[in-house]
Amino acid sequence: MTPVLSVRNLKVHFPLSSGLLSGPPLVVKAVDDVSFDLAPGEVLAVVGESGCGKSTLGRAVLKLIPPTAGTVAWNGSDVTGLSEDALRPRRRDMQIIFQDPLASLDPRMTVAQIIGRPLRTFHPELKRAEVAARVNEAMRQVGLSPALAHRYPHEFSGGQCQRIGIARAIILRPKLIVCDEPVSALDVSIQAQIVNLLMRLRREMGMALIFISHNMSVVRHISDRVMVLYLGREAEIAGRDAFFARPLHPYAQALLSAVPVPDPVRARQRRRVVLQGDTPSPINPPSGCAFRIRCPHAAELCARAVPGLRDFGTGHRAACHRIEELAGVPA
Amino acid sequence: MNADPLLSVEDLAIRFRMRRGDAVAVAGVDFAVRRGEVLGIVGESGSGKSQILLSIMGLLAGNGTATGRIRFEGQDLLALDRRGLDRLRGSAMTMIFQDPMTSLNPYHRIGAQLTEVLIRHQGMRKREAWDKAVQMLDRVKIPDAAKRMRQYPHQLSGGMRQRVMIAMALLCNPRILLADEPTTALDVTVQAQVLDLLRDLVRELGTAVILVTHDLGVVAEMCDRVLVLYGGKVMEAAPVEPLFADPAHPYTRGLLDSTPDLEGRDGELRVIPGQPRAAAGDLPGCPFAPRCERRVEACTAEMPPLLPARDAVGRVVACHRPLPQPAAVPELVP
Repeated sequence: MTPVLSVRNLKVHFPLSSGLLSGPPLVVKAVDDVSFDLAPGEVLAVVGESGCGKSTLGRAVLKLIPPTAGTVAWNGSDVTGLSEDALRPRRRDMQIIFQDPLASLDPRMTVAQIIGRPLRTFHPELKRAEVAARVNEAMRQVGLSPALAHRYPHEFSGGQCQRIGIARAIILRPKLIVCDEPVSALDVSIQAQIVNLLMRLRREMGMALIFISHNMSVVRHISDRVMVLYLGREAEIAGRDAFFARPLHPYAQALLSAVPVPDPVRARQRRRVVLQGDTPSPINPPSGCAFRIRCPHAAELCARAVPGLRDFGTGHRAACHRIEELAGVPA
Repeated sequence: MNADPLLSVEDLAIRFRMRRGDAVAVAGVDFAVRRGEVLGIVGESGSGKSQILLSIMGLLAGNGTATGRIRFEGQDLLALDRRGLDRLRGSAMTMIFQDPMTSLNPYHRIGAQLTEVLIRHQGMRKREAWDKAVQMLDRVKIPDAAKRMRQYPHQLSGGMRQRVMIAMALLCNPRILLADEPTTALDVTVQAQVLDLLRDLVRELGTAVILVTHDLGVVAEMCDRVLVLYGGKVMEAAPVEPLFADPAHPYTRGLLDSTPDLEGRDGELRVIPGQPRAAAGDLPGCPFAPRCERRVEACTAEMPPLLPARDAVGRVVACHRPLPQPAAVPELVP
């Protein structure tokens, strides 16, 4: 099956304006050499801490940010060099929903106008009644009463605004939706509603999702595969069950062991890997493996060479020099 | 050990004057904190959890008023004037916030801000205050403490700033620390460091803590006892283990069920239907009733009183139809 999305050696570097007459120009490598394929209907979670490049990656694969290098293909055809005009008709298959639901909705448009907008853009021939019918259908699919179609975004709660954003994203029946921290701003009880909704829509409509999140518990629930980013590079990518059962990269292990466990008995029994220090600045990352200064297992080699992604069987890949020594994985 | 609680809150109500009449953010809240105890207050946005902390510190917004009694070491805080409060705030009771940047002054060096606390509250000389502050930064595991003293807040990372706030809050050996979502803005690996540190320090110093959070994982790791708040009212309060193992209030159950867990089951999460509503404190019935599956007529008519429930020591529940014990909700396999 043709992948919905193919990304090869993608780099997004942002130049920083350096001070007057200062040395070499500084560059933030927000995304550095990331490659992956996404199958139709697959849910890939992209996880990592602030500044790891997960949102930039989500925008770059949609060509909302121009990549510095590498290629992006949608539905099997390379779109890297396409102009915005050439890209436009293909955008109907590629949608996005954002973290802050209210900020991503135009306050001066009614809910019906917001949800119907993509349809009117791509199908100007549709009659008004047809658009209204499709809007009502999308609202029902996301659990909103069509009776609310003529209200404005500020009249809704955060969870309902997120449903409006989702309705707008699904109305064209896209093949891919990039979900950028879609539940991070929501209360726990509402977060669960939205996670269930996304899972149901994916099942019913068969679209692929890129689910960007820092919440590992939510990710375990929704994803088929997981990619861990650290300072713009892939630290690990694996099927969900393999990843959560046996994370290979020391950073992935630390990330999982830092997740607070909502059970006082288990929480107090377990031993966790507590990392030293904060995430280093992406402006001036350490040489070699970017994680080495926080890594409990760093060795001399880690400072010298950037570790490449290696396959440890059935597509479970990780970028660490020392995995065999640490985990006894056969090389 | 002293049997009297360190802090007791009785019948606390918090109102805000609004253009369209009063909004009742918190109503009828009772709880107590013992010396050295870590009490968690959990609830969703608008449940009033932060307002309770602010009312204890006398820091409510200008249009807000608190009524009831807040007794701290025998004194009624709500009856104290500003000078009386100032003798306690910053020394006997301190507070840390979600965003440390809002409580650190960007124009002053870390050292000046830390020593000011000691000079003001303990009358220390500058030299002595400086040494004590450096010691405290060491204790919160800030590397290179002496150098950090000369830096400005923006030169520190988010995790470091929160450590500075914790150091500042513990400088005068407070009897109670009020912490409002102290790790919510931090990355999860940094959150783990800061929580570990906070737990160890308050244990060592014997400081009581009220930890306000929306994260049940943080509660499970940090707290001795938990107060569950919804719509400005207490739904349930209990020691942490029985509360998680066997919640008595349908809202507590719903909150636990909708929290995803790394080791939870697959498939759909259980959800609480409907939307939370803020400032429901003035409604006659239980604020959770509109979303509750166990609702009966009495629930919308009258707020149930907070009564002892189960045999667990120190558990109280405000519900007309608390869940039967043990959780008799059958585990249906979907």
